Formats: sequence, C-alpha cells, structure tokens
Amino acid sequence: MATIAFTINGKPARVEADGDTPLLWIIRDHLKLTGTKFGCGIAQCGACTVHVDGEPVRSCITPLQIVAGRRVTTIEGLSPDSSHPLQRAWIEEQVPQCGYCQSGQIMTAAALLKRNPHPTRAQIVEAMNGNICRCGTYNHIIRAIGRAAGMTQNEHGTKHADAASSGEG
Amino acid sequence: MTAHMDHETGNGIARRDFVKGAAGLTFAFALGGGLLNRSAQALAAETSTLNAWITIGTDGTVTLMCPSAEMGQGVFTSLPLVLAEELDADWSKVKAEFAPPIPPIYGNPHPFFNGAQITAGSTAVPGYFQPLRIAGAQARRVLIDNVAVHWKVPAAELTTANGFVIHSKSGRRIGYGDIAKFATVPKEPPKVTAADLKKPSQFKLIGRANIGRLDVPAKVNGSAKYGIDADVPGMVHACVVEAPAEGAKATVLNSDDVGKMTGIAAVIPLPFGVAVVGNSVAAAQAGRKALKVTWDTTASPAKGFDSEAAKQEYARLGQDRKAPARTAYKVGEVWDVFPGTRQVEATYWSEFCYHAQMEPMNAVASVSADGKSAEIWTGTQFGALIAFIVSGILKTTPDKITVHQYYLGGGYGRRIGPDIAIQAAILSSIVKKPVKLLLTREDDLAAVHPRPMSYHVLKAGVDKNNDVLAWYHRLVAENVSALAAPPSYEASGGDDLIGWRGLDQACYDIPHALAEGVRANNGIRVWPWRGIGAGYNKFAAEAFLDEVAELAGKDPLALRLELTKFQPRAHAVIKAVAEMSDYSKKRPGHGMGIAFSDYHGTYTAGVAEVSVDRQSGKITVHNYWLAVDPGIVLQPTHVHAQLEGAVVLALSAAFIEQLAFKDGIAQASNFNDYPVLRMADVPPIHTMIVATENPPTGIGEVGIPAVAPAIANAVAQLTGKRLRHLPMTPQRVKKALG
Repeated sequence: MATIAFTINGKPARVEADGDTPLLWIIRDHLKLTGTKFGCGIAQCGACTVHVDGEPVRSCITPLQIVAGRRVTTIEGLSPDSSHPLQRAWIEEQVPQCGYCQSGQIMTAAALLKRNPHPTRAQIVEAMNGNICRCGTYNHIIRAIGRAAGMTQNEHGTKHADAASSGEG
Repeated sequence: MTAHMDHETGNGIARRDFVKGAAGLTFAFALGGGLLNRSAQALAAETSTLNAWITIGTDGTVTLMCPSAEMGQGVFTSLPLVLAEELDADWSKVKAEFAPPIPPIYGNPHPFFNGAQITAGSTAVPGYFQPLRIAGAQARRVLIDNVAVHWKVPAAELTTANGFVIHSKSGRRIGYGDIAKFATVPKEPPKVTAADLKKPSQFKLIGRANIGRLDVPAKVNGSAKYGIDADVPGMVHACVVEAPAEGAKATVLNSDDVGKMTGIAAVIPLPFGVAVVGNSVAAAQAGRKALKVTWDTTASPAKGFDSEAAKQEYARLGQDRKAPARTAYKVGEVWDVFPGTRQVEATYWSEFCYHAQMEPMNAVASVSADGKSAEIWTGTQFGALIAFIVSGILKTTPDKITVHQYYLGGGYGRRIGPDIAIQAAILSSIVKKPVKLLLTREDDLAAVHPRPMSYHVLKAGVDKNNDVLAWYHRLVAENVSALAAPPSYEASGGDDLIGWRGLDQACYDIPHALAEGVRANNGIRVWPWRGIGAGYNKFAAEAFLDEVAELAGKDPLALRLELTKFQPRAHAVIKAVAEMSDYSKKRPGHGMGIAFSDYHGTYTAGVAEVSVDRQSGKITVHNYWLAVDPGIVLQPTHVHAQLEGAVVLALSAAFIEQLAFKDGIAQASNFNDYPVLRMADVPPIHTMIVATENPPTGIGEVGIPAVAPAIANAVAQLTGKRLRHLPMTPQRVKKALG
C-alpha cells in the first residue's frame, strides 16, 4: 500500500492503494467517479479512456503509481455543465444509444481536438478507431466531432433522406 | 431526472386509484385496464396498492413510467412520448422513470409475450402504443372533468394544449400542475375508446424530429447510471470464474494462495463456477486473475462439442429428409409441385456470435438477514424473471424481491438472461452481505450465450413461365426457445419461435413454400441475439433468392417487385431503396445487391454497394441504403439512429464475428481474439423512412436482416461467385473466388 497524490478534475486527490492498482478502479471505486467505464481490461475497447496531463490513456491498464503528481481528467471533469463543444455536439447529434462507451469516445475525441482542432474525416477515424461502440453509433460520432470542430456536416458522415409523412426527419 | 432508476417513491405505497397531496395527482387506474383488456373492476382490485403510470406534480412536472428497459433502443423516451401525446402534456415538463417489475400492471400486452414484462423482440412500441394512448387520454379527460366542475362550465367547452386546460369562451387557461392542487380522480376511469384518440395528423409530439431522447444528456457527462455503477452500502465485490460450458465442474488448484491475497475475503466453489470475493473490484479481479482453474466437462451436455467437427452432423441433419424436423411455415404442397419445375438448390452457413455488449454482465444483490427477501440492482431486459427465479431460490414470493432497474450498457438480447443476478443473490446469501458481482470480459465471454450456428438447405423451383412456384428452406440449429423461452417451446411441442424467425415467406407470392426446423442439440447455451433468427435465416433466404433469380433469368430487383406485387407496403420499400440507391446504375468495379425483410412486421429493404480486393479477399462496402416502413413513426431521428446502429452490428456479424467451440468451450477470451467492427470499416449508411399510418412496429432490430444477403448478392453481381457462409471473411471470399 502507498499513499499516492495526484490531481483529479482540477482537485487534489490522495488515495491509499497498491501502486499497481489500475487507475480505472481508483477513479471508480475510491473517487466514486463512475462515468469512466470498464469494458475489457486489456486496452482493446477504449471505454475507460481518461486524460493524464491532457493525453488520452486507457485507465484499465494504467497503474496508479504512474499518475502520482499528474493531472487526471475524467468525463466528469471535461466541463462542469456538459458545455464542452463535444458534449453539446453529442446531444445535438443524439449520438449515444446505450451510452456505455460514450465517455471513452468523448474523452478520446477531446484529446484529438486539442491537438488537431480541425481534423479531416480520415484523421477522426484514425484517432477513434480504438474505441468500440457496439450500438454502432460510429457515423454519428464522426458527425458530432465534425460539428464540434465547426466543420460542415456533409464531409463527415451519412445523410438521411426521409419520405416520412411525419416529415421532419 | 438523473439516471437513477430507484423509485421508492411509488413502490409499495398503498394507493386507492390515485394519490392527491403535495406530490400532486397520480393516475393508477389508467393503464392497467387498457393494457390487460380486463374489466375496470378487476383492475381496480389489482391496482389499489400498486404504482401509477402518470403523476402530475403541483409544480406541473409530469412523471411518466417506462415499463421497459432502456438499452439504447430509445424506449425510455418513446413510451413516455405516447403517454404525453394523448395527455397533451408540456414535453419540457415530462420526466420518465422506470417502472418496477410488476407484470400485472406493467406487462407488455403484445401477443408475443402475452403480458410478461420483458423487453425483447422489438415489441415495446407495438405492444404498449395503443394502451398507453388510451391511458394518456383518460388522464387528460380527468383533468378536463375536474376543471369543468371547478369552473362550472361544460366539459365539452374545454380543450387542452401543451399542459393547459383551456376555456376559450372565457379566455381562461389553467396549467396541469395547478389542476393537480384540487383535482380528484374517479374510481372508474373515464371511458375512452380508440375513436376518441388523436388522428396521426393531430400528433404534436409523435413524429417530431426535434424531440431529444431523455436519456441522452446524462450519457454525455458520465452521470448516467448503469448496473455496474450501483453502489450499495456495505457491499463486497465478487468475480465469478464462469463455467465455460453448462455443467462443467471446476477444480481450483490454488484456492489457498488466492485466499491469502490482499483484499480477498474468500474463494467459493459454486455449481456455476468459482467466486472470488474481495473488498474491491480491483482486489477481486486480481484474485480472479491469479486463480488457476481446470474444468471437467464430463457432466456437461456440451461435452466434446467441436463447432468445426459438428458441421458434418449439421449437414447430415440438413440433407437427410428423414431426420426429425418440425414445420415452421407451410403453404401449398412443395413436394407435389417440385417435379414439374426447373430447380436450384444450395446450402448456407452461419457461425456462432457473441453479444459483446460493452458493459460486462453484473448485478448487486442483497439478501435479507432472514433470507426471505432480497434487493437486486442491475440493468436487465427481464427484471420480472429475476424476481421470479430469485424468489424461488429463497423460497419466498416474487413481491419480496425488489429489482432496481438501471440503464443497460448494451443488451442485444443478452440481458434477457437472469443468470448473473441469480449468481449475485446466491453469493449474497452465502456471504451474508450485499455482493456486487461484475464479470471480467473474459468471464463474460466464457459465459457466452451465442447466436446459434446455422446450416440451411434451400431449394426452389420455377415453372415454365419462370415464376417461382416452390420454395423449401430447412434450418439446422440449436433451439433458442428451448433455452430462452421454455414455456413457448414446451407449449408448442418443440417449436423455436425465436430461432425460426425469418424462415417464412409470407410477403412473397410463392404458391408452395415449406420451411422446417431441425434441432441440433449439443448443449450450447444459444440465446436471442439482436435480430434473432431473421439474422441468419434471411441471409440464407435472400441470398438464395438471387440464385433463383438467376435461374429464372430475372433481375433480383425485378423478381422481388414481382413477388411482392400483392403486398403494397413490402413493394413500396423495395421500390424506395432501389430509387434511393439508384440500384440499376452501373458502377465500374462495384457490385450492387438487394435484400428484403419483413421481420416482425416492419418492412425493410437494403442495398449494398461493394467492391472486392481479389488479392486479399477483403470486401469493402462503399454504401449501404435502407428503406423502412415501420408504420407510424414515433421518433424519426431516433429511428434513423437505430437503423444505422443495427446495420453496423449486422456488418460486424457479416464480416468478422465467429466464435468457435472446442469441448463445449468458446475459443475466444476478449476483444483481441473476438474482434468486432470498428469505425474504419463503417460505410456511409443512408436510411429512409417510408412512413405509413399503420400501427407502429418495432425498430430496434429491423436494420439487421437485409445487410448480409445484400452484400452477398452484391458480390455475386460483381464476381459471379456466391458467398454462402457467414461471416464473409477474406479467407472465405478468396476460396469462393477461386
């Protein structure tokens, strides 16, 4: 056991835990920030993505000791009020379905936009390809990232035709 | 609301038809009667102590109950939307809450489930639509009647709009919240019939594209609560090393060593695996990882099952017409007419698939000290079944089992299964504490409840006019209903209503058709998987239909239009998808394929545009178009999203997913060796709603069936070679291309 201090969402944190403990469980169980999700435990799905010093990492394989003295940001810390452009775009585009993977998707996308504010479609796909969405919201994610980046939608995804009598789709 | 699904507010509080007070006005009668088609008297007796469907707070907040699980299919918005429509509620003041599992009140009247409170088979909207409209209309009528008395005006002079009752003669209006301050609810619900309901042209909420889903805001900031997020004071954490085959017996080689690890409280052998209990998830997972277990499958019904070797037996059962088969669909007499026809015959395969829902299975259970009641916290498609089974284990009654519903991190059928909640309850009764059981991904996969492997024998005959005269489809697969729906399986004497879905040809004008199901019975825990039987049966049938078209010398589109000439809705979606995809336009180096599906009464037609890299065998889908007639559309934006998502899942199954078994055990462990489709392989997906004013049908699964056959047909158009085996891996493509 060790006492490890770091910053979580801008606030200081000190936890008593084995330094090998995956950061994911420190975040979820010690700090009770449950927006970060467990999906695979082997860095294959991206559901557990958080930022360490602004870089996206897979918290399921990141030992606690690595973050000592560093800044950890989770989905809860991305904005205080869901006002991050990506969160707003995610709502506008109605991206989530089951929603379980979306914290990881948004955190991965946030890191992308930070280093590349105007990614091409190919750059979006390259950055996001490590994040699985089993509900199949991928094209919505591309559109939402495009929207958040202030790009025109047509470059980025599918279009919907709608011959519905309900009319507005 | 936040995403927390506990709603002690209503549960167990004695109510006689309504509650009036600080909380406002609660309508308990409204839905039950309509839902169960019973007399109001019978209903009143049953509902007196149960929860309400509609509660109007004195602040104007309208709380609507959602009886179904939310797993991304949007029901947490669509069912409240139906209630709110006829209630004329102000949508901005509507909140939704999950109803507890109380089937007599909240069960789905859809004939598929006959009152069971289960979220499955895309039946929530079709089943609840009409009764919820009546419930909403009844509540609205009560509000009007109360205001009529209050203002001393005839009820007929009152109208409603957007959360207000309006008396236009006097220019007065009063909000629903203010009405709740004085209103009373009659014992007998007001009579409302279908004729009193709005016409679709009068809908204000249903069909609007800009109604956001109620669960979306919480799903972008981490506040949405899933079963994995349930936090119960005093709980311990458990992993269960799942028996990789039903009935396999574990031998733990290092129980003592693991028991001594930091944070581990116990290693507990169980009939269904081995539990490692610790004081945190991290500790339990570390213990589970260290645990060395060997499995003896001697007692397992799946012992020795090898999915490759089994293909011989599947083929024999398919080819040997004497092997026992049950009739799944029959018109005319195929065997009488086949001899006079020109025929084509082919066989098709599909492999086992894993749900791979992103949230590994989990549940928290707390069994009371006397062992006679329990609480369960989980995200489930079938909470009522959990309550029923856990009550049986505890030798108590289902009403003593409280199931707290959470959002589901993916369901796709897997969360119909009560298995993990049952395990958590058993563990809680052993350790005498609340237990949070969370499977690792590896254990989730070991406990796989797969989509069945399937073998299909198809045969068709055309007459001298090249019209399709006879159609035969024989399916060999494990029986899904036997495991997932034993009552229907037993009542029918062995039919598989789940796995046979899509075998019929009800939409096609084929005078003689026969479909048969043969049960392969090898003890694999097969289970409903989004799209159920239609996923593989429509692959075989719709790909084979193109072989029939070739025999008949007809274009695949023309043949489908011809076969649906008496089915205007089916005909319309086929035409629509052909137009939107410009199907007949030649695209150099690309192939176009079409397929149709009427799964669950939702008409869909898909077109795939593909190219094939002959060197690598990789198929690229350049575009996929899908036209759908789901009747009345509740949430068009969400319908498009559901269709798109289902197409992505179907692409994954069409190209990648296959789970092999050896000695009854799944030969994969995680996403590294069970890959699923990622963003880079998703094509542009174009969806079109061809709305009609028919009753709404399900939407959650209907994007699945046409995908794989449309792709196979596109490849055949391009290369002249048929792909008859799912998934269409590069290896199989190369083999087919020769």
